Amino acid sequence: MTDQANGPRGFAMTRRRLILGGSLAGGAMIVGYAATHPAEIGGAILSGGGKDPPESAFGAFIRIDPDGQVTIVNRQQELGQGIHAGIAAIVAEELDADWARVRVIDARSNFRAYGLQGSAGSNSIASNWDLMRAAGAAARSMFVDAAALRWQVPRRLIEVRDGIVFHAASNRQATFGELLADAARQTPPQTPRLKTPDAYRLIGTDRVRRKDSLPKSTGAQRYAQDVRHPGMLIAMVAHSPRFGGRIARYDVSDAWRVKGVVDAFAIETGVAVVAETTIAARRGREALRIEWDDRAAEKRSSADLQRQYHDIAEGRSDLSPEDFAMRGEGAAPAADAIEFAFDFPYLAHAPMETLDCVAQVNGWNVKLTSGSHLPIVDQVQAARAALTLPGKVDVEVVPAGGSFGRRGILPADYIVEAVRIARRTRGRPVKLIWTREDDLTGGYYRPMSHHRVAVALGADGLPDQWCFRSVCQALLPVGGNAQAVEGMADSPYLSTARTIDGKLYTPDIGVPVSFWRSVGHSHSAMVMEHVIDQLARRVGRDPAAYRRQLYVRAGATRRIEVLDTLCEKGGWGRPIEAGWARGMAVHEAFGTTVGQIAEVRMDGGRPVVRRVVAVVDCGIAVAPDQIRAQMEGGIGFGLSAALHGKITLRDGIVEQTNFDTHPILRMSEMPAVETHILPRTTPPTGMGEPGVPPIAPAVANAALVLTGRATRGLPFAVG
Amino acid sequence: MSARPRRRRRIGCLALLAIVVASQILTVALLLRPRTMPAPSVIPIVSAKVDRVSLRPVAAFQAIDDPAARSVALFREAGRVIQHPRCLNCHPRSDRPNQTDAMHPHLPAVMRGPDGGGEPVLRCATCHRDRNVDAAGVPGNPKWRLAPAEMTWERQSLGQICRQILDPARSHMSRDELRRHMAEDELVGWAWHPGGDRAPAPGTQAEFGALVAAWLETGARCPA
Amino acid sequence: MPIELKVNGRIARVDDDGDTPLLWVLRDTLGLTGTKYGCGIAQCGACTVHIDGQPVRSCAFPIDAVGASAITTIEGAVGPEADAIRAAWVARDVPQCGFCQSGQIMSAIALLRTAPQPTDADIDRAMGGNLCRCATYNRIRAAIHDAARATATPT
Repeated sequence: MTDQANGPRGFAMTRRRLILGGSLAGGAMIVGYAATHPAEIGGAILSGGGKDPPESAFGAFIRIDPDGQVTIVNRQQELGQGIHAGIAAIVAEELDADWARVRVIDARSNFRAYGLQGSAGSNSIASNWDLMRAAGAAARSMFVDAAALRWQVPRRLIEVRDGIVFHAASNRQATFGELLADAARQTPPQTPRLKTPDAYRLIGTDRVRRKDSLPKSTGAQRYAQDVRHPGMLIAMVAHSPRFGGRIARYDVSDAWRVKGVVDAFAIETGVAVVAETTIAARRGREALRIEWDDRAAEKRSSADLQRQYHDIAEGRSDLSPEDFAMRGEGAAPAADAIEFAFDFPYLAHAPMETLDCVAQVNGWNVKLTSGSHLPIVDQVQAARAALTLPGKVDVEVVPAGGSFGRRGILPADYIVEAVRIARRTRGRPVKLIWTREDDLTGGYYRPMSHHRVAVALGADGLPDQWCFRSVCQALLPVGGNAQAVEGMADSPYLSTARTIDGKLYTPDIGVPVSFWRSVGHSHSAMVMEHVIDQLARRVGRDPAAYRRQLYVRAGATRRIEVLDTLCEKGGWGRPIEAGWARGMAVHEAFGTTVGQIAEVRMDGGRPVVRRVVAVVDCGIAVAPDQIRAQMEGGIGFGLSAALHGKITLRDGIVEQTNFDTHPILRMSEMPAVETHILPRTTPPTGMGEPGVPPIAPAVANAALVLTGRATRGLPFAVG
Repeated sequence: MSARPRRRRRIGCLALLAIVVASQILTVALLLRPRTMPAPSVIPIVSAKVDRVSLRPVAAFQAIDDPAARSVALFREAGRVIQHPRCLNCHPRSDRPNQTDAMHPHLPAVMRGPDGGGEPVLRCATCHRDRNVDAAGVPGNPKWRLAPAEMTWERQSLGQICRQILDPARSHMSRDELRRHMAEDELVGWAWHPGGDRAPAPGTQAEFGALVAAWLETGARCPA
Repeated sequence: MPIELKVNGRIARVDDDGDTPLLWVLRDTLGLTGTKYGCGIAQCGACTVHIDGQPVRSCAFPIDAVGASAITTIEGAVGPEADAIRAAWVARDVPQCGFCQSGQIMSAIALLRTAPQPTDADIDRAMGGNLCRCATYNRIRAAIHDAARATATPT
């Protein structure tokens, strides 16, 4: 075992320093970070909120109790992606803790303690890798120091394993609990020595397991939907059927007569009904009579928007584009260019737990319980809605029943709605519940988009010219629209081209859009990977060999390794039963490269997928079983969208209202998934999203083999 | 001359902070602007218009002199009920029922099972009760189940359906039982009270029963 | 008029209206929040409970239709099949977000009681009414097979 002085890297560490807080807070040892950097001026207004643990002046990342229990405070958000397992493994590895005695609790919002809290861009493991390793190693070092002092032996001869500190030569050992008081008096090293990967006993093994499987199998896991407080009220809101509609007139007299209804009133986003029970709130809402003012509302149909997008892409509009990829002269497509077009629909996140939030407003103080995705955003937006300071908003973050991006939108629409209602209940806590109908018709979708691609091939059969015209709403009000073309603008398939002309049009549509698991990659992978298969076929080349040649030209070594393993494990080029075909896709998203081969047959014009072989390079594998779980889940989520997913509007009204009109993938449609993780020692990259993008093009490429027909949009058409 | 394609941007924590702070400053100004919510007013209740489709009464067919032609005409009129989604959905051509006015395959993929009430591992009664449950929009009836497999109506012509129901080997009914099934069976009667936003079958069960009885009395002739 | 419900072996008297879906009585009145709301129209299965041992969607089950039947929720699910299913769920780390899993488990327990050694087709059918947005379906399937093996082995 070789220890290596390995200074923590990353912006998080440059602004924070390790500090031991509260020598023995409530009898427990705390190791955490305290913000010391002047750049955190925002702390004055943002900090406050909850305190974990209450005794500590610092944000406790690790707390060790006298009985040896190690508690890790997770500043990330458990949305189902298994971050608890990964964070716990990183700390337990460096701490050499007993895995069975490690538990994870979720941090409340606390800027001073945890900095900007939020899970985005599949970054939770990546952004905590250095931080949590250093915290674990610092705590371990303090135990080693304490033991060395107590036993009067050299530090370097002391080892730690499974929560036991021992000195082999003298056959002495002590538990964390026994050394706790002494260890808490040690000064933590500011640049602790970290293990090298060859010394890992936990990271990268299947000993790393979820910490929440039992409560999630007994009904004991508490979600925001399950929160009950004495005196708590339940609220529902009747929203405008059209985006941008406002209340013209409303009548609450019948709602008032519903048994259990406590209040009914207008808020900015509709008419709220507050009741003693959920069913009373729903009955009260059904009894409302509302007339909507649709003058400013979006009243177009999806078909209108699609026609308009086609016009824009063909230059028949006064919308001016921005260049997202340019090389050489922006020449018009060559006469022999091959043209492709894609249409993608709006997509809903539809997490199984509908949007919900418990809010309590007492004067300046706001308390929220929420399955937050971006607690810092929820905190700020709740403060806005309550006219208070963010530091006065305490967010109790609980695991979410899914999010896929929906709980992480910057306007925090449902959080704000809950706070606005709670301002009217004189201090009584309110649980806002959105029904499934509210959720599916509530907006913040993956934007619909249209893409036209023209490719001219060189004499070598490789792309010589790429021309893109993409039309897609922007996800954010400021900061450009780069997400719309991520995965296209930086594609290795552009490497051989002498001219590239990529233009992006950003129309302003009244349908709110936002991040949806894998964001722009959710469509860009389909564009690039389905085009590349068609180009390979055009020049009579094997799609894998064609890709490989382009990766070599681009120097995309990670993709080459993923592709080679994929071909080997996925049986590429080997015979398959009549009526079946394999299709592949390789895509990189959020620093993680994923390749998938899908085995597909056609049934009534629709693809049926029986098996997917996946290969992933996500840096060092922290929690391999959770990487596999995210691959399985990502494939299921992507396949659900590819087979069924669409939100359409008719005269501005969303046509899909529940799972009967918005089907999602069911058990019988789920393919077997075989995941291969490339062994790596490079820092970890994310896994929450990158499994999603490749599945649709892999299936489309298999369908291309079977039918000879290109897929021009998703979801796959019936018949 | 070649410019490198621009690097993909990711939403980093710094960008988030910038957005957060910017929105904070922006909205302080907005917050100072007083906004009042509209007060409630009185809106009269407008009862939703129900489009009920009627059946022609038996008497309307008296004008047809030829008994055989009259019998066929009566059955064609009854066929507007028989071939309505409320009936066809549970007389499917496979073991899987259909649902909704659009008659798409039932979700979840429940199958007929030994008694028409679903396979043992997924019974109709998992979701359907002895009544329509308005709170969930789920239809129901005490006898909720599929018609026997021999009684496939979906994608059959009216003539085929006619010959099918007159064949005791397939319908498992005598003519009198058939008349009573159509006129009195409470599960058949559900078609006129389907609940939710489902379109009811045309007319009433009594009118339908009368058409069927008249058809039987006129010789139970079938369309081609 | 109060309605008496037999829930997890105990009698509960509730004042809710007779047409109130059982789901909301379990969650709001009785505090049994393991049973989840996911769609309210019997499409997702997150609200699955057992009534006299049969799986039903509690969101579409009015309380006045329960009568003297025994209601079992995820909190009260016991017995060899329930134990085997839970153990298999934990051993395979089936849950992701976990929100649908109470319903999945209640359907899986009922499946094992009906078909102690279910085939893949049985699992597709029986579990076809339980949606999982995280798509944990493969692990659910594997865990059901595990549990079937465990209950078949005499201990």
